[in-house]
Amino acid sequence: MRRMMAALVALVLLAAPAAYAVQPDEIMSDPVKEARARDLSRELRCMVCQNQSIDDSDAPLARDLRLLVRERIAAGDSNSQVLDFLVARYGEFVLLKPRFERQTLLLWLLAPLLLAGGGFALWRQNRRRAQTGVDVPPPLTQDEQARLAALMSDDATSR
Amino acid sequence: MIAEAGHYALVLALALALIQSFVPLIGARLRDPALMNVARSTALAQLLFVGASFIALVTLHVNSDFSVANVYENSHSMKPLIYKITGVWGNHEGSMLLWVSILALFGGLVAAFGNNLPLSLRAHVLAVQAWIASAFYLFILITSNPFLRIVNPPIEGRDLNPVLQDIGLAVHPPMLYLGYVGFSISFSFAIAALIEGRIDAAWARWVRPWTLMAWIFLTLGIAMGSYWAYYELGWGGWWFWDPVENASLMPWLAGTALLHSALVMEKRNALKVWTILLSILTFSLSLLGTFLVRSGVITSVHAFANDPTRGVFILLILCLFIGGSLSLFAGRATSLKQGGLFAPISREGALVLNNLLLTVACAVVLFGTLYPLAMEVLADFKMSVGAPFYNLTFVPLFALLLLAVPFGPMLAWKRGDLLGVTQRLLAAGVAGLVVIAIVWGWTRGGSALAPLAIGLGVFVIAGAVTDMAERTGLFRLPFMTTLHRARGLPRSAWGTAFAHAGLGVALIGIVCETTWNSEYIATMKPNDVAQVAGYELKLDGLLERQGPNYREMIAQFNVSRDGDMLSVMTPSKRSFTTRGSSTTEAALLTRGASQLYISLGDATAEGAIAVRIYHKPLVLMIWWGPVLMAFGGVLSLSDRRLRVGAPKPARAKQRLQPAE
Repeated sequence: MRRMMAALVALVLLAAPAAYAVQPDEIMSDPVKEARARDLSRELRCMVCQNQSIDDSDAPLARDLRLLVRERIAAGDSNSQVLDFLVARYGEFVLLKPRFERQTLLLWLLAPLLLAGGGFALWRQNRRRAQTGVDVPPPLTQDEQARLAALMSDDATSR
Repeated sequence: MIAEAGHYALVLALALALIQSFVPLIGARLRDPALMNVARSTALAQLLFVGASFIALVTLHVNSDFSVANVYENSHSMKPLIYKITGVWGNHEGSMLLWVSILALFGGLVAAFGNNLPLSLRAHVLAVQAWIASAFYLFILITSNPFLRIVNPPIEGRDLNPVLQDIGLAVHPPMLYLGYVGFSISFSFAIAALIEGRIDAAWARWVRPWTLMAWIFLTLGIAMGSYWAYYELGWGGWWFWDPVENASLMPWLAGTALLHSALVMEKRNALKVWTILLSILTFSLSLLGTFLVRSGVITSVHAFANDPTRGVFILLILCLFIGGSLSLFAGRATSLKQGGLFAPISREGALVLNNLLLTVACAVVLFGTLYPLAMEVLADFKMSVGAPFYNLTFVPLFALLLLAVPFGPMLAWKRGDLLGVTQRLLAAGVAGLVVIAIVWGWTRGGSALAPLAIGLGVFVIAGAVTDMAERTGLFRLPFMTTLHRARGLPRSAWGTAFAHAGLGVALIGIVCETTWNSEYIATMKPNDVAQVAGYELKLDGLLERQGPNYREMIAQFNVSRDGDMLSVMTPSKRSFTTRGSSTTEAALLTRGASQLYISLGDATAEGAIAVRIYHKPLVLMIWWGPVLMAFGGVLSLSDRRLRVGAPKPARAKQRLQPAE
C-alpha cells in the first residue's frame, strides 16, 4: 500500500507520460556544477508530487525546477542563494529540509528533547530506587506462603 | 448472487462480532465458563464468514463481473488471472476487506490455539478483538462496501492501475497487513490485562510469539515494498520517507521496541507498565497508518475535506481505540505491581536503552509525518519534511542504536560488566576499525562518513558472531564440543544473532548504494555503447511487442566487461491502453550483491531513446538484511520455549539451558 497512494497521485497528476527524472538534455557541461545541481535537487520538493524531490520526479514541473536550479547555478549563484531564490518564489513548501525557525522549532528539537527527557526520567527512577533501597522484595502474604508451601510439597511428592 | 452472498456474509460476521464483543465479558463477570467459551465459537465462525465474503469478492474479480462497481473500476477482462486475483486488494474497498479477513484470521488462531490461556484471559482478548472487528466491519459496510452493484453494467472494466500489476505488489499488501493487524493481538492482550488488572511474566510469554509473528511479516512486507519501488518506479530509489512508507515504519519501530521490552518482562518480570503501553502504542500506530493511507489526508488536507466520510469514520475509530485504551491505561497502570530490579549496566538496562532510542526514532518519524499537516491546518504554514530532514535526525539515532546492539546480548541480566563485555568485543571492534581504514584508504577523498558507517555495520555483524562464538566456545573448546553446544543453544539465541547481524548487513548495503552508486544518463541510438562502472553496455536495437493488456517497447543491451560478453538486458516501457498510462520495466543484472539497472525514458523521432543506467554496488544487501532479520525471528519463533501452546519442557532439559 505504501507507494500505491503515491503512484496513484502521481498518475492522476501526470496524465501525460513523461521520461524519468533528470534527462540527458538537462545535464550541465561542467561536472562540478552538475554535481551541485544534483545535490540541490535532492533537497527541493516537486510541489505537485507527493514528497518527491525534483531529482526523483518525472513531473513537468520538476523538470522546470531542475532547469531553473541549473540556470541559477550557471548565473553564478551559491547554493544558499539558489535555495533563497526558490523559497522567495514558491515558499518554504519547496524545501524538503525545513529551515530551523520559529514554526519548525519543535520538529527539530524533538529528538534531543525526548532523549534528554527520557534519560533524565530513567536516571531519577534509578536514583529513587537506590535511595529507598527497595532491593528487598516485599514479604510474601499469608496466601502466597500457603500456595508456596503447597507447591513445594507437591514438588516433593512428584519426585 | 455471489456479490449479495458476500455482502450478507459480511453482515453476519458483524453480528457475530457484536455478540463476541459483549457475551464473553459478561461471562467473565459472572465467572460462567459457558458464556466465556462463546468467544471461541464466534471467533471461528467469524473467520468462516469473513473468509466466505473475501472469497466471494475474489470470485467476482476472477469472473470479471462488471456489474459490481469494485470489479468494474479495478479490473479488465484481458488482465492476466494472477492480477485479477491480486487486484482484489489493489483498491480501497478490497484492501479493507483483506484487513478484516486477516483480523478474523488472527482472532481465529487465538481461539483455536489458545487452549493454554486462562479462560477469562482468552475471553477478554477475543472480546477486545471483536471490538476492533466490529468497528471495521461497520466501516466497510457503511462507507466502503465492495459488493455494490451498478444499475447498467458496462461491458468492459477500467483495468487496474498498471503500476500495481506486478508480483511484488501482489504479495506486499497481505504481508504488511499480517504485520499491522498481527499487532492487534498484543493490543488485545494488553487491554485484557488492564481490564483484569492482572499481569505477570506468563502474560509476556503468551504475547511474545504473536508479536514476533507480526513483526516478521511486517519486516518482510516493508522490505518487499521497498524492493518493489526500487525496480518498478524506474529510478532505483528504494526508500523515500514518504508518509505512506512512514506509516508502515512507525509500527515496525514500536513493534521492535515491544519485542525487546516483552523479553525483559518475561525473563525478569520488570518493565510491565512500559510493555503494556508499547503494546497499545504499536497497534495505535498501525491504526494511524491505516488512517493516513485510507483517508487521503496525506495527499492533501483539502482532498480529505472534500470527501470526509471515510476519513472521519476512521478518525473516529482511531480516537475511540487510542483514546479509550490510553485512558484505561492511565486509570489502571498504577495498580500493576513493578518487579525485577536491575542495575543500569545490565541486559535489562541495554534493552531499556534500545527502547528509548527506538521510541525516540519512532517519535521523529511520527512528527515528520504529521507536523506539516498540523502546521497547515493550525498555522496556515505550508512546509515539507523529506529525506534530508530524516538523514539529520533519524539516522544519528539509529547509528547510536547500532553501536549499542552488540553489547546488549553479551551483558548479564541484573548487573552487567561493561568493561568485561568491551574486552570480549575487542576483536569485533578491531574488525570494524580495520574495515574503516581499508575503505577509507581505498576511496580516498570520498565521503568521510561512509567508511565509518561501513565499519559500524561490520562491528554489528562481528559482534553477533562473537556472541555466538563465545556461547559455543569456538576456538576455546574442541570442535566437537563446540558443535554439540551450538546444537544445544536455544534457538532464540541464534535468532537474536541473525536478526542483529541482519541490521549490519542492511546498513552496509544502504551506505554502499547511496555513496558509490554510479549513473549514466544519455540519449542512445542503436549500436551506441555506454560505459558504467567498468561495464560496457551496447544498445543492440529497439523492438515493439504486444502483451496481454499492453504494448511494450523493448530495448536490447549487450553487457560486457573487459571484452567478455556477460549477458543481455532488456528494459522495456509498457503502455496500457485502457488507462492511457505507461510503466517502465527496469532490467536488472545481478552480479554478486551488486546490480546493473537500466530504465528507459522517451524515444525520439530519430530512433534514439533516453536511457538511465545505474551501477548499484552491494544494493541487494539492503534487502538481505531484513530477510536475515525475519529469519532470526522465525528461528526464535521455532524455539520450543516460545512456541504458541508449547508444552512445558522436561525438567532436566530446563536446567541445562543457559540463562539468557
